[in-house]
Amino acid sequence: MPTTPQHLPELARLVDQVCMAAAQRQPLTIRAGGTKDFYGNAVDGNTGVAEQLDPRSYSGVIAYQPTELVITARAGTPLREIETLIAAQGQMFGFEPPHFGVGATFGGCIAAGLAGPRRAGMGPAAGAIRDFMLGARVLNGTGQIQQFGGTVMKNVAGYDVSRLLAGSMGTLGVLLEASVKLVPRPFSEDTRRLACDEVQARALLSRWARASLAVSASCWCEGQLVVRLSGAHSAVMHGIAVVGGEDLSAAEATAFWSGVREQTVDFFAQSFPLWRVSVPATADSLALGAPELQEWGGALRWVATTLPAATVRARAATLGGHATLFRNNPGGVVALTPLSAIQQSLESRVRAAFDPHGIFNSGRMHANAAC
Amino acid sequence: MQPVLEGMGAIDLPLQQRVVAALRTYLPADAVLFEAEQTRPYECDGLTLYRQVPMIVVLPATEADVREILRIASALGVPVVPRGAGTGLSGGALPHAAGILLSLAKLNRVLELDPEARTARVEPGVRNLAISQAAEPFGLYYAPDPSSQVACTIGGNVAENSGGVHCLKYGLTVNNVLAVRGYTVLGEPVEFGSAALDGPGLDLLSLIVGSEGTLIVVTEVLVRLVPKPVLARCIMASFAEVDAAGDAVAAVIAAGIIPAGLEMMDQAATRMVEPFVKAGYDLEAAAILLCESDGTVDEVAEEIERMSTVLRAHGATRLAVSANEAERLRFWAGRKNAFPAAGRVSPDYYCMDGTIPRHQLGRVLGAIRDMEVKYNLRCPNVFHAGDGNLHPLILFDANDADSVARADAFGVAILELSIAVGGTVTGEHGVGVEKINQLCLQFDEVTRAAFINIRLAFDPTQRLNPGKAIPTLHRCAEYGRAHVHHGAVAFPELERF
Repeated sequence: MPTTPQHLPELARLVDQVCMAAAQRQPLTIRAGGTKDFYGNAVDGNTGVAEQLDPRSYSGVIAYQPTELVITARAGTPLREIETLIAAQGQMFGFEPPHFGVGATFGGCIAAGLAGPRRAGMGPAAGAIRDFMLGARVLNGTGQIQQFGGTVMKNVAGYDVSRLLAGSMGTLGVLLEASVKLVPRPFSEDTRRLACDEVQARALLSRWARASLAVSASCWCEGQLVVRLSGAHSAVMHGIAVVGGEDLSAAEATAFWSGVREQTVDFFAQSFPLWRVSVPATADSLALGAPELQEWGGALRWVATTLPAATVRARAATLGGHATLFRNNPGGVVALTPLSAIQQSLESRVRAAFDPHGIFNSGRMHANAAC
Repeated sequence: MQPVLEGMGAIDLPLQQRVVAALRTYLPADAVLFEAEQTRPYECDGLTLYRQVPMIVVLPATEADVREILRIASALGVPVVPRGAGTGLSGGALPHAAGILLSLAKLNRVLELDPEARTARVEPGVRNLAISQAAEPFGLYYAPDPSSQVACTIGGNVAENSGGVHCLKYGLTVNNVLAVRGYTVLGEPVEFGSAALDGPGLDLLSLIVGSEGTLIVVTEVLVRLVPKPVLARCIMASFAEVDAAGDAVAAVIAAGIIPAGLEMMDQAATRMVEPFVKAGYDLEAAAILLCESDGTVDEVAEEIERMSTVLRAHGATRLAVSANEAERLRFWAGRKNAFPAAGRVSPDYYCMDGTIPRHQLGRVLGAIRDMEVKYNLRCPNVFHAGDGNLHPLILFDANDADSVARADAFGVAILELSIAVGGTVTGEHGVGVEKINQLCLQFDEVTRAAFINIRLAFDPTQRLNPGKAIPTLHRCAEYGRAHVHHGAVAFPELERF
């Protein structure tokens, strides 16, 4: 991934800021549009007040050849700009990322690692961001630029650091550039709505998945299951026949899935702590006595509740998952489920491999263990 | 110019006796092999160019055995090389002269199969195909299908991030493994990933998959299963020019299709395999494409029609669509048997594994044809065209030192070309010992330093599969000095060393 001359000053500025911070052990908060400020813990600054590092000036698409199904762009590129560019070529991101605001950037999207409704869809066009990461260029905690992976579909040379960066929340380094695999937009799409309870919803979705139905998104809330079918025309027609229910118009469907992805549907318009509970799709009901919105065939359950964190986390753990306090933290609750001692220690050691002085987004995910 | 490898040499017999004694305090005698006639079968994996008899082979039967072996090895400071079925093609399971070869073949139970959740929990020694066989009664299967799937184990697949002819649509091992359990080199239990779709910390599972046994020893794997498609059909398309076939591959992708498989064979490859498999390949074609669709009957019909239109529009001279399952399997038989066929027409063959951007296909194949003349060796090409993963098969004679040297140089030239066009030296076979020097070319010093630091984060003792996967800075410095490329020293920055 070549750096064009006009971008050298921006790159040099970022390198200088990191080198200076490393020398002075000055903690940095990596922040672009700030659309996901609410997510994770506040950066603790470790040893002092964190200074901001804004990568937005390092922006622009570096390479995009539609037939390669890959885009390489600088981290500061607005996410919307990339999505518009690839949509014009009939392509999209297989992880349907939430923006959570107009300022969302490509780098912030990868660092947050959050995927939208398509995450648990059937087939090759769906997955998590890590499933589509091919390469990345990173500014590490000593001001060095490292280049992992590449732009090709299959690459087993060196450890797969590019995937690790997805969801690392800026705690490993400053993401400079990334190459992400794209998928073709489906030939056909349709959204259906039917009434059922949450147990029925998960059972139906599990049955449909086993039958290879072309389900690309699901959302259950308040007795209504909404299902999106995507794929070849015949696959969608077959899905409609099996799923039944009532049809949403294309405009209604687009608005609905955008609302789920961006959390603007009614369910999210409340002030209770919002928990993001990630469990196996087939896990039993959470039964926390609180309103829920479920996505990903039941693998992602949003719960609005004032129950103690320990209660929510214990229930998630019992079901084989974890719970993140996503929004409306009443204060004093760590956002992410604490790790086991060995996990924490390995994580801290891996972090130190990239950022030996712990200057990047310290504490945003977990408090760093001594190492 | 085979690399001088760490861990090759004579067995230190007193050390061997000490380690055997320590292992036997815990393991039964038949689980600890050290006599040459017992250890010789483990001297190499699928890459037979490199051989080293291990000091000791251990055959644990349980997870607890693995933990104890690692603890004993730690107490004695002995290297450990994990091994599955030994089918790997890059020497990742090459033994260490002063180390323990940890065979996980006896940990071969399918522990749990959950058809509702579409997952299987298996031990590392379970064969890839055995997972699909266990899942078959539920209409499910494990998607990644490396050509060695009859023999290779899931533990080895995790170590190598194995692919296969269907990974274009269904993903690599990394996309199909949900979680692993195992032990650090010190015998501490660890788990990465879960049955949920994400976890609360860093995605360390992404590092474990493809780490070639250098970070942890895996003792359990949770894999994702997918429903078996009702139908699969395959198009065999002929092209008069290799470049036209390459363009047709790009056109299929550009048309928004992700075929279940998209493979290319050049004429040298079809002519090599046809006498053995009678697949019915068009031997006059400069290249053929195998283009598969799977799904429901209607979906397959729709996709086959769409792909046929694209292939015809891009110069296919002949199209044949498999009429039934037997014919489809026959189309694939040639492709899947390319390696054995190479073994029949030549005393030895050397399989390369570079991956390149698809649009470089024509250029790279042209360059390989020129290299055949330069090195005076034949090189049929089969490859996963859909994802740009090349498998040139360099045919040589291992009993002829000059032929070996030319094959080696030919291979290095292909790897370097893969890097030069923006690709990688290995798409699915791994670095192992084979491509360790080329990693010095593919990654700069600061990136390689990050790899070393990651390795140290998991294994501060550097005893887990030493000398594989990640080159030391010293090795690259040595290689840089010896390796002059296009008239310039490859690593000017290393002059100060």
